[in-house]
Amino acid sequence: QQPAQFTNPETPGYVGFANLPNQVHRKSVKKGFEFTLMVVGESGLGKSTLINSLFLTDLYPERVIPGAAEKIERTVQIEASTVEIEERGVKLRLTVVDTPGYGDAINCRDCFKTIISYIDEQFERYLHDESGLNRRHIIDNRVHCCFYFISPFGHGLKPLDVEFMKAIHNKVNIVPVIAKADTLSLKERERLKKRILDEIEEHGIKIYHLPDAESDEDEDFKEQTRLLKDSIPFCVVGSNQLIEAKGKKVRGRLYPWGVVEVENPEHNDFLKLRTMLITHMQDLQEVTQDLHYENFRSERLKRGGR
Amino acid sequence: AGPVDSKNEAAMSELVPEPRQKPVVPMKPMGINANLLGYIGIDTIIEQMRKKTMKTGFDFNIMVVGQSGLGKSTLVNTLFKSQVSRKSSGWNREEKIPKTVEIKAIGHVIEEGGVKMKLTVIDTPGFGDQINNENCWEPIEKYINEQYEKFLKEEVNIARKKRIPDTRVHCCLYFISPTGHSLRPLDLEFMKHLSKVVNIIPVIAKADTMTLEEKTEFKQRVRKELEVNGIEFYPQKEFDEDLEDKTENDKIRQESMPFAVVGSDKEYQVNGKRVLGRKTPWGIIEVENLTHCEFALLRDFVIRTHLQDLKEVTHNIHYETYRAKRLNDNGGLPPMTVETEENHESNL
Repeated sequence: QQPAQFTNPETPGYVGFANLPNQVHRKSVKKGFEFTLMVVGESGLGKSTLINSLFLTDLYPERVIPGAAEKIERTVQIEASTVEIEERGVKLRLTVVDTPGYGDAINCRDCFKTIISYIDEQFERYLHDESGLNRRHIIDNRVHCCFYFISPFGHGLKPLDVEFMKAIHNKVNIVPVIAKADTLSLKERERLKKRILDEIEEHGIKIYHLPDAESDEDEDFKEQTRLLKDSIPFCVVGSNQLIEAKGKKVRGRLYPWGVVEVENPEHNDFLKLRTMLITHMQDLQEVTQDLHYENFRSERLKRGGR
Repeated sequence: AGPVDSKNEAAMSELVPEPRQKPVVPMKPMGINANLLGYIGIDTIIEQMRKKTMKTGFDFNIMVVGQSGLGKSTLVNTLFKSQVSRKSSGWNREEKIPKTVEIKAIGHVIEEGGVKMKLTVIDTPGFGDQINNENCWEPIEKYINEQYEKFLKEEVNIARKKRIPDTRVHCCLYFISPTGHSLRPLDLEFMKHLSKVVNIIPVIAKADTMTLEEKTEFKQRVRKELEVNGIEFYPQKEFDEDLEDKTENDKIRQESMPFAVVGSDKEYQVNGKRVLGRKTPWGIIEVENLTHCEFALLRDFVIRTHLQDLKEVTHNIHYETYRAKRLNDNGGLPPMTVETEENHESNL
């Protein structure tokens, strides 16, 4: 297609490099996007259901839930599943890294060694690829974000929660999530959230901080960012079952006393969690690359060898 | 929305810089429509990346090579509608031609539609102007490799910068003299050597000295000569990413290139409009008029559609080739620098 004969409708001084973002856009759409999300938390906190709800997919079709006796001797496993999701022409290659067995054993002391090794291995592999000869198709398997599931049944963080988060907060972006929020009333939720935030600060745990909206963003976006920041840790309910409620079909959980709607912001923070994840996917990747990975890399190179 | 527009369509729709878009906020359910319960919002990620590009701005480094007097500096000024070339920074037309090839890099920051560009124009006065021009491309090749080396050094640093400053040459416009006959031996030698290390875009300078028939014939002959001599100019066939790219680039390679251009930074009144042009007794040559010359095609190609690709090919292909060679050469990569106070801070 030829451009106009005369560049008539143009403003005289227009060169055209303002079109660069469109060019970048086009290439990004073609390339698609990769993201690795790690999910950590005790069994039965609704992790798998939540992931399925977030991405409207079934990542675990052949799942078998082991009984208690089987769990006694089990060590923490690392299971990664990848799914390709496409929406309006944009492809996302999502890898979810599950950590079954975490928190199950009677003695959880070595619970997180496997997880930390996994995270380090991905950094190591990336470092190796980055230093190699053929760099055109490096696969980025580094963990960009870790959802850490906190039980709603306790009074705040458990010792295991504190130890684990302190062990990985310099390696991965932590997003704390309070699971199965439908066991709590709204007041109980507020109390629990505050308690957890206090404990996080008390123990010096570094969780992922949403960047403030820039000054030139519109008011809606600024308001949304403020709302998201105020709601951390997110209290969520997950479900992929469609229930009839108020004349329409919603994703939810059916109780004798009513229906908990997953996507209703008055019932839980599910939508906020999803919004946060999607609108900050790129930032999560950047912080992983610019902070966590660079820290790993400089430590590694200082220790010697490549 | 359907598939993304073709590059050219997007370029055309950008004739007036569009107002900043409201970010898509997939937070509130957008209605009772059952389908929308199934919307996650992944496509907004791309919008975020686009906004990010706009905010960070970008570097672009363009080199011009050719004998003096072929209008290189004027053309660059015309391309960017700014006084960005050597011509405008204290260069005197009456200055003596340098005895060797000099490399002069001039940087400017220009902004348009909210996008900031740090443009560096690298001029090469003295190229092809001597009596004996043997190996006059060597200083140019050396400069290009030095920029790759600079980037590589920073990349292997233990504590490296978040955004490595990019001084690598993304695009080299090679100016062919409009003799009407064929390429000169120097043209062939230069392009043969340099097409392996940088993206070369050949242009026919001062195209207003040829009639339409002469232009068409000359272009055909130049294309043939380039092909026969195995010179791969940008866009290189082997880097076409997919069928869409190939179709578009084939058309450019086989019909449009080399672009026969005229440059000018003077404005004249034609049919009630102010246009950039050259005034002669027999008429005004309008630079941006496609029936007069192919300047607009060159500009759209380099800036509006292939700017990002020029950078990507430089980074993913030329730079990687250089790096691989360095890794294999004796000694391998340069030694990593000891972490200084300054470097340490930049990583926090």
